Amino acid sequence: MYRILQTLLITLCLLVSAHVTGLRAADDLGALISALGTAKLAELDDRIAALAKSGDPRVIPVLEALGEGNLYARKADGGVFLTTEKGTNLVLVDPLDGADIGEVPKGELQKIKVNNAVRRAVRSALGGLTLFSADAEARLKAAQSMRQTPNAGALEAIETALAAEKDAAVRKTLDEARAVTLLVSDRPDDDKRAAIKALAEGGGREALGVLTSALSSADASLKPDIEAALQRIEQAQAFWNAGQNVWYGLSLGSVLLLAAIGLAITFGVMGIINMAHGEMVMLGAYTTFLVQDVIRGSYPALFDWSLAIALPLAFLVTGIVGLAIERSVIRFLYGRPLETLLATWGISLILQQSVRSIFGPTNREVGNPSWMAGAFELGGLTITWNRLWIIVFALAVFAALLFLLKRTSMGLRMRAVTQNRHMASSMGIRTPWVDALTFALGSGIAGMAGVALSQIDNVSPNLGQGYIIDSFMVVVFGGVGNLWGTLVGAFSLGILNKFLEPYAGAVLGKILVLVLIILFIQKKPRGLFALKGRAVEA
Amino acid sequence: MNITARVTGAFLATVLSTTAFNGAFAADDTIKVGILHSLSGTMAISETTLKDAMLMLIDEQNKKGGLLGKKLEAVVVDPASDWPLFAEKARELVSVDKVSAVFGCWTSVSRKSVLPVFEELNSILFYPVQYEGEESQRNVFYTGAAPNQQAVPAVDYLMENESVERWVLAGTDYVYPRTTNKILEAYLISKGVKPEDIMINYTPFGHSDWQTIVSDIKKFGSAGKKTAVVSTINGDANVPFYKELANQGVKAEDIPVVAFSVGEEELAGLDTAPLVGHLAAWNYFQSVDTAANAEFIKTWKAYTKNDKRVTNDPMEAHYIGFNMWLKAVEKAGTTDTDAVLDAMIGVSVPNLSGGYSTMMPNHHITKPVLIGEIQDDGQFETVWETPGLVVGDEWSDYLPDSKDLIADWRAPMSCGNFNVATGKCGGKGS
Repeated sequence: MYRILQTLLITLCLLVSAHVTGLRAADDLGALISALGTAKLAELDDRIAALAKSGDPRVIPVLEALGEGNLYARKADGGVFLTTEKGTNLVLVDPLDGADIGEVPKGELQKIKVNNAVRRAVRSALGGLTLFSADAEARLKAAQSMRQTPNAGALEAIETALAAEKDAAVRKTLDEARAVTLLVSDRPDDDKRAAIKALAEGGGREALGVLTSALSSADASLKPDIEAALQRIEQAQAFWNAGQNVWYGLSLGSVLLLAAIGLAITFGVMGIINMAHGEMVMLGAYTTFLVQDVIRGSYPALFDWSLAIALPLAFLVTGIVGLAIERSVIRFLYGRPLETLLATWGISLILQQSVRSIFGPTNREVGNPSWMAGAFELGGLTITWNRLWIIVFALAVFAALLFLLKRTSMGLRMRAVTQNRHMASSMGIRTPWVDALTFALGSGIAGMAGVALSQIDNVSPNLGQGYIIDSFMVVVFGGVGNLWGTLVGAFSLGILNKFLEPYAGAVLGKILVLVLIILFIQKKPRGLFALKGRAVEA
Repeated sequence: MNITARVTGAFLATVLSTTAFNGAFAADDTIKVGILHSLSGTMAISETTLKDAMLMLIDEQNKKGGLLGKKLEAVVVDPASDWPLFAEKARELVSVDKVSAVFGCWTSVSRKSVLPVFEELNSILFYPVQYEGEESQRNVFYTGAAPNQQAVPAVDYLMENESVERWVLAGTDYVYPRTTNKILEAYLISKGVKPEDIMINYTPFGHSDWQTIVSDIKKFGSAGKKTAVVSTINGDANVPFYKELANQGVKAEDIPVVAFSVGEEELAGLDTAPLVGHLAAWNYFQSVDTAANAEFIKTWKAYTKNDKRVTNDPMEAHYIGFNMWLKAVEKAGTTDTDAVLDAMIGVSVPNLSGGYSTMMPNHHITKPVLIGEIQDDGQFETVWETPGLVVGDEWSDYLPDSKDLIADWRAPMSCGNFNVATGKCGGKGS
């Protein structure tokens, strides 16, 4: 009996004391968290370090919220909460137990201000806390942040994590993080030498940065190793740089191609000097803005599809505008290039100013769908998704257009009319309608280009102006009347520009390209791929 | 017959003279204020807002009873982003419309093109935009920031708070970035930064393909030293620049970008979530938490009938300039140019960031300098500000050929480029 009582008593004591320690931990953590609310910007660093030191997993969401600017302090009592925005209110969540506290107006809370230094502190604290997380993604992020901000104190944690890590991608990043951290630690030189070797093999820009900064502080015995490693990485980088330039050139070329391809129809095939071409691109971009505006307001789930929805609409809108312009102005001016030039330039000013009056002169926000945001690494190349998709899109438009012109009866008629109007007319083709449709097609394609360009450029009334000169340049350089010429012209100008830019700078690079084109046109006035045969003389 | 004719004639004469008198009376009853901002062309993006802001300020003043017992009347002209047209329109405002003062211009080249007009016709221009300095003219009041009120403090902030050691000075290729970068380069070198740690890069207007430059910045930033970008990139080129930064993953924690030409208005066309933490230096942010600012924003949103319209630094500059002009005219009791020019110096009015701005003898004003970080809602959050007001320094102390120059438009000196070394008026820019 006595024994049983004793056991019970001891158990009870243990339970109570455990409970008390638990409570104290919660109190401490609570105090640490509410200390964030009263800290000045300069003090936040220390408080974050104190939080991280607790090692408590509940700190993770708090730090994440702090870094993202979602941590607020209540003005009334200084309580600190995680928040999510809901209209003009904030939904509060208790940082300790995750309990939902309810909605309050924003005015009752004060945001805990953060700056870049604090964000860096949060990032490295989170790195240490999530290194052993069950989620591989979180571990990868942690390893990346440790690689970025090497901290000698974290070396052991990294090595422990490395021993337990199964995921290959995380392992690789951890390995690099370990090598980087080793360099700033006080480990023996042999270990460091191995780390330098590992970094040199891994290559990449980050390794370059780490090694350069290590060079200044390293022992004399290590310096030759570091220098050799640097040289090796730089050589590899030089190779990748050339690749990167080609990629940038392709990407610029695809933008030129998109801008010029509509003009290749209106100017190249039909021979109309269409100064309002840029404004068709702009109208396409504004159509995208309208589509996204409606989607944002009513169907937010469809946002990733906004471009797919905008494409046909932009084609229709600009196609119809093009049709109207052809029917109302241009058809009276066939065979009078100077008047056409002036008339279309006037139209371009009218369109610009009407867009400015309707939508206002400021830029409109067109968002990137999630599949177009960010970048990925391919070897030593950084490839951004939006550029990749634009290249794909430009080539697809080109292929579709080529098919339309060469393989459909509509295309046949278009070619017939532009090559020999009288003969085509005698064959029963209604040439005025073919003219109108061809112009509408060129305009519609410009509109589709606008959808793509809205992803990388401003959506403002001036959007078109930036592209009109480049478009003419590409079409003339490639050879008027030849679609393939436009393709080759766009890509070669793009690549040429991007190879000149690193040496000559953006301003001089552009001038050099123009000078080269002038020289080229002197030699070959008809461009790269001149049309041959009787059609040319007509 | 004769009598009838005479009566009719007299009647007609009366009518005519009455109308003439009425006309004269109407003209006398208002004070005209000229607004010279582009409403079309490339600069319309920035300048249209300033026109609206001026109309609002004039409207508000009329509600308070106008000036000297007269109503204010705005005369709006559109110079269409065309520099020579600025001079023509300025001439029209002063000599045809007889305005008492003009508020206008944005780009430095437009200001330079109207300077001779204001000098010749002896009228007053208020210039509201941050600019490169190296100028002080009798007829112009500069209410925007001089380089020491924006660029230099921003660099100081990065040096002290972010311990930046490597600098990329990126700008659009025209006079403001070139001069500002020259000043900054001299300043950085005077602070012990090595020339190889400074990279200067210029791009054409409206540059839209930033891939190479952003990747160069990344490369420059991977030399093991903390790197920052000081951006004087202008206008439309900013959106593609920031988009490329975001897509190539340049984060503010690693390579912060501090911009001098990016305000709330420019961010309105951007998804700012990936840009959080990049910086801007101004003398005013919409997010400034003062009663005067809250009132100003409320009036602005009500006036434009648009709840999403943002306010920005040049608007505040017009707010300050306009109130200074009102005060100076009241002090002088007339809108006569010479009297107002004299009365302007020393005039002090509240600014929107909770202090007072004063017109200095060099025709520049005192302002606080704020450094803000971009937030995900397109606003800036002030992370640092100068402890007191900074006096605009027209002739930079860091450029060899202007460090000896000062401007003082008070009576005995009355000179915009007085050389303290030679003791003579007239140096550079004369």
